[in-house]
Amino acid sequence: MRMSFPFSAIVGQDEMKLALLIAAVDPRIGGVMVFGDRGTGKSTAVRALAALLPPVPAEQAGYQDGSPRKGTVPVPFVDLPLGATEDRVVGALDLERALGAGIKAFEPGLLARANGGFLYIDEVNLLEDHIVDLLLDVAASGENVVEREGLSVRHPARFVLIGSGNPEEGELRPQLLDRFGLSVEVRTPQDLAQRVEILKRCDRFEREPEAFAETWRRAERKTLKRIAAARAAVAGVTVPDAVLMLASRLCMVVGADGLRGELTLMRSARALAALDGAGEVAAQHITRVAPLALRHRLRRNVLDETGSTARIERALLDLAKKDLAA
Amino acid sequence: MTEPGDGSPDPIADAILAARLCAIDPGLGGLILRGGGDMRDAVIAALRASLPDGAPIRRIPAHIDDERLLGGIDLTATLALGRPVASTGVLAEADGGAVVVPMAERLSDATAGRIAAAIDGGDSRFLVVALDDGVEPDERPPVAMGERLAFWIDLTMCHPGLVPGSTEQLAKPAQVGRWTPEQVRGDEEAVNALAATALALGIDSARAPVFALRAARASARIAGRDVIDEEDITLAARLVLAPRATRVPPQEAQPEAPPPPPPDTDGGEDERSEPAPLEDIVLAAALAALPKDVLARIAAGRGRQTTRAQGAGERRKSPTRGRPMGTRAGIPGGGVRLSLIDTLRAAAPWQKLRSGTARVKVRRDDLRIRRFETRAEAVTIFAVDASGSSALARLAEAKGAVELLLAEAYVKRAQVALIAFRGTGAELLLPPTRSLARARRSLAELPGGGGTPLASGLTAARELAELAKARGRTPFVVILTDGRANIAADGSAVRKVAEADATAAAKAMRAAGIAAAFVDISPRARPEAAALAAAMAARYLPLPRADAAAMHAAVRQAQQA
Repeated sequence: MRMSFPFSAIVGQDEMKLALLIAAVDPRIGGVMVFGDRGTGKSTAVRALAALLPPVPAEQAGYQDGSPRKGTVPVPFVDLPLGATEDRVVGALDLERALGAGIKAFEPGLLARANGGFLYIDEVNLLEDHIVDLLLDVAASGENVVEREGLSVRHPARFVLIGSGNPEEGELRPQLLDRFGLSVEVRTPQDLAQRVEILKRCDRFEREPEAFAETWRRAERKTLKRIAAARAAVAGVTVPDAVLMLASRLCMVVGADGLRGELTLMRSARALAALDGAGEVAAQHITRVAPLALRHRLRRNVLDETGSTARIERALLDLAKKDLAA
Repeated sequence: MTEPGDGSPDPIADAILAARLCAIDPGLGGLILRGGGDMRDAVIAALRASLPDGAPIRRIPAHIDDERLLGGIDLTATLALGRPVASTGVLAEADGGAVVVPMAERLSDATAGRIAAAIDGGDSRFLVVALDDGVEPDERPPVAMGERLAFWIDLTMCHPGLVPGSTEQLAKPAQVGRWTPEQVRGDEEAVNALAATALALGIDSARAPVFALRAARASARIAGRDVIDEEDITLAARLVLAPRATRVPPQEAQPEAPPPPPPDTDGGEDERSEPAPLEDIVLAAALAALPKDVLARIAAGRGRQTTRAQGAGERRKSPTRGRPMGTRAGIPGGGVRLSLIDTLRAAAPWQKLRSGTARVKVRRDDLRIRRFETRAEAVTIFAVDASGSSALARLAEAKGAVELLLAEAYVKRAQVALIAFRGTGAELLLPPTRSLARARRSLAELPGGGGTPLASGLTAARELAELAKARGRTPFVVILTDGRANIAADGSAVRKVAEADATAAAKAMRAAGIAAAFVDISPRARPEAAALAAAMAARYLPLPRADAAAMHAAVRQAQQA
């Protein structure tokens, strides 16, 4: 097992880091979709977050066949390979034991391994549709139900789904996009100082991973504390009616389809407030997470070149103006 | 002196040097060799000689299955012995050595993804030598793998005569012994220069400068130095950064002037106020090494390398997905699923002969695999007349209709391709893709004006449709034109010849059995256009006044009919 790059050492990419932290605080938000080019640190960030999180009890991670587990295990991180078959994803009949010993046994798949952790899919847009459907379905229900080849197995599969993709290489169907809780767009910084810093840190990490990790230990511990505190506090964070109104009005103005947008907006604003140590969600939390939660839910007009982010920001401005006038 | 395009002095020598650098620092991942035929053997020989003695070199055929690649259960041995027998994968076998991937441009995205994952975090460390035999600019090894290999070297312009010296001489490297990158000091200058060059060349991936830095270190090591030299940095920029360039930085008149900051950066001006001259030298080296086709791609506004949209649906009879179609004898693996019931049924009659114990005995011949049928994917090919005569009035509407159809294709997961014909010939603006972003961009860039080479347009559309058919897709051609052919197939402007050529091209389309719709966008519909449509057995849609939405509706109807 190779070491992971420290989460706090990632240069820039604040939006992606924020989305991942929110997902770590409240996994029910329903996954994060990351759009961006290759080599922008997408998988590095997800891996880093999984490595940062404290070990989880063994009975909440990995494949659970009902037998009791003891102790703790590291947070699972499963990288779904492109071209993975349904068998490998959901699990299948254990061929070897079926043919060799005549036993009907279940061989758990990647969903079982990701239980309690993260499932990362690079290039979701190139994944076959039926597998994406299946993944989103399991991610939403938290349970994997296998009914095939004479097997009937159900096991918990609660994980945070992180997808990444480059829209230039084929797009995701809107129906699927809507199922992701948050979406972020990552770009390589176009500023020389930042790029030099990235190169230096990558280089340092490759050459002396232990020493590099050591220098970031304090920052990492701080991040971890922040997540832990937020996790404990998130259930108690209240959402005032005025803020809820703002969220609903925003969704109506930008024309986000369905109720998922509003729910995600509220949940992620609550997680953000918890991360900030606030006991109550404020308008600024909504403003900060709105692009993340709504960007991918807007109905697209192919003839309109305006980016979704710009539309959300414009709507936020309009709402603020109206409130001032009122 | 920074005339781009004349290439490095000798790509083959570069390739051999790159192979040695990889052998010194396996963290460089490996190299892609494009074209070059037998000369690649010299490169592989050089790599073999530079690697420690006995280092394994394995070949990975493009059709390799997962079991062989990553290891798994050896099914035949398992059945024969009645106990699980594990097999090692090729990647694990190549630990400490290299894998050679011939025909890397045909490698499936799935296999490339597995190899990339193994490079990223696998237990075994190996180099990849990808042999790219692609001819078209779009035919390239999958980006997921290519991105993780430091060197991309184009040997297509080399002649075998250029191989310097004998292979023995090439294959004898400076023996550097055991070595770790930590021994060479990386200096601040190298980091700055490489980061600045990557930025100037529009390279967004953070992997590229990291590779370049490693390559510079390895190069210093080959020369027996402990500090990175200017020479090492220029070499790294030339070998690693130049092939990845997506733009050419604007150059100023005086060569001494620092490269002006790219227009899309803001902030950070204070850092760049006094650029180190080293940056200029490195950038110049990288520019000189820009391969010709990169320049062409940049010029075409398609600098960013994109993968072919290799979706599902290339096969009609599919072993992995779709509607179940029964079973047949075969070995499961590579996504092919075993049909257990049918396997047991096949094994049942033989139990008495094989038996002895109470356990069911299954042999290799009994195995039955599932078959599925998928619906062939649709490809809609738009051939748009962008000549002067139609451009004036109707091109905007045609573009609008194409965009509406694109949006629909995107929801249905069908593919779209775009051909424009104007001036003296036809041009494939967009190979079949599902990407709305790319399609919209190439459509927006579509210029208008010039003659109407209708014959060329029809021929290009037919060729593309036939290609799609050969790949198991169902093509549908939509031609938007005013039907006034005035440029012949050979480019001459003789109306009579042009019309005859167009008719011949239309008949060829019919003979090829390709479904088509002919949208007449001229202000007044004329009989010639209708005759052309009849010649290619296309639905004729005269839409003189239609706007984008009406055109879209008509084409959709024609497609469903």
